[in-house]
Amino acid sequence: MTDMQSRPDYARDFDHTTEEWANHAPEIWDEYRQSCPVAKSDIFGGTWLPTRHVDVSAIAHDTENYTSQGVIVGPVPPDVDAPMGPAPPITSDPPFHGIARRLLLPPFAPKPINALEPYTRQYCNDLIDTLLASEGDEVDAAVGYAQHIPVRIIAKMLGLPEEDGEIFRKFIHAIIETPGADEELPPDETLDAYLDNQIAQHRANPKTGDDADLIDYLVAADIEGMPLSDEHVRGSIALLLIAGIDTTWSAIGASIWHFAQNPDHRRQVAEDPSIMPFAVEEMLRYYAPVTMARIAATDHELGGCPVQKGDWLLLPFPAANRDPEAFEHADQVILDRKANRHGAFGLGIHRCLGSNLARLELSIALETWLDRIPEFELADPERVRWSKGQIRGPRELPIRIL
Amino acid sequence: MKIKYNRDACQGHNRCYMLAPEVFDVDDEGYAILLIDGDVPEELQEKAQLTVDNCPEFAIEVVED
Repeated sequence: MTDMQSRPDYARDFDHTTEEWANHAPEIWDEYRQSCPVAKSDIFGGTWLPTRHVDVSAIAHDTENYTSQGVIVGPVPPDVDAPMGPAPPITSDPPFHGIARRLLLPPFAPKPINALEPYTRQYCNDLIDTLLASEGDEVDAAVGYAQHIPVRIIAKMLGLPEEDGEIFRKFIHAIIETPGADEELPPDETLDAYLDNQIAQHRANPKTGDDADLIDYLVAADIEGMPLSDEHVRGSIALLLIAGIDTTWSAIGASIWHFAQNPDHRRQVAEDPSIMPFAVEEMLRYYAPVTMARIAATDHELGGCPVQKGDWLLLPFPAANRDPEAFEHADQVILDRKANRHGAFGLGIHRCLGSNLARLELSIALETWLDRIPEFELADPERVRWSKGQIRGPRELPIRIL
Repeated sequence: MKIKYNRDACQGHNRCYMLAPEVFDVDDEGYAILLIDGDVPEELQEKAQLTVDNCPEFAIEVVED
């Protein structure tokens, strides 16, 4: 607590884009939940931070008082009007949201996603081979492992060149970790320019049937007989590319960070692999990487606080997941937790479209790591670097293999 | 033990299908389909309870006889 009290004005003026937040977000959520459950900051024209499960859930389920037109709190107002928003369907409101979402649900349903398991497992094993072949006993689990997995799988699904992974990560950094930075890139180096080029290539050489990738699927799709607008296709592809990468990378990294420091948990999983599905959900609850956002669509009260139309609201699902009112022993990692209604993938109509893919990647990445590298520890806790902004996970994670 | 499933509350988290594919299937869009009409056989009751306790949207309920 001494540490918390020494932060000047922090309790009244949080800023989730700072180093301070990156290093202390879970403590900040816990402190706010107890002392100021709907906090307010002046950043980005006025931003609210609810931390109780009940408030986060209420906002996520309320599409009248809140719009999804902006889901990343930043200085730039979204440039496409509701109901579509710039990245449908995550930035869309009903009823357009439902139409845009239904297009994308089938390729992300559990059965087609489960078909990616062998490819994902092979790729994770290839990454571990590379790590184990490196010199010395220290590897970086974020840089050398976690970050590659979602990039490779989504690139395969979209039909983008595998070697473009580095380019995607640059866009993601500009859009999510440094809100507004994408605006400063030269016009021909933006994500939009990259995707326009890829879409044009897919339109020129369309693939069908089993060979069709997700870009082919969207280019060929229609809404009531009308092809999707270029803006819609580009926005949805941008969403699939951005939303799936640093989120899943964060969950994989945070889980490895956890197991590095908890040898008893490593052994618990090794002795009884049947708890793995529960352990994966517990990692998702405790280390949920994603905080979403909304914009208030009306003047109204939230937890007794006067929210004004146009205010930003952060939706910290990880804070809700650690609310003792919603979870027994919320502050403890219980690997075989049998009742776990976590909201790591959001609540309400915007449930993460890619949740089945994310869960598959996290499960296989973790299983493969624990199988191939059963004993490991943090090489140096001081060198672990957590991301700033709305997606939380380790960006540098030096691990010593024991 | 009977299970009640509320399709309107379901958001396709698929936790039920993962935990108990004998109790829930999923449709092409990933929404749950309750497979058991009437009493849940005793050997599936533990799994059925898991689906209730892990649905983030409280879309599944146990109805005791």
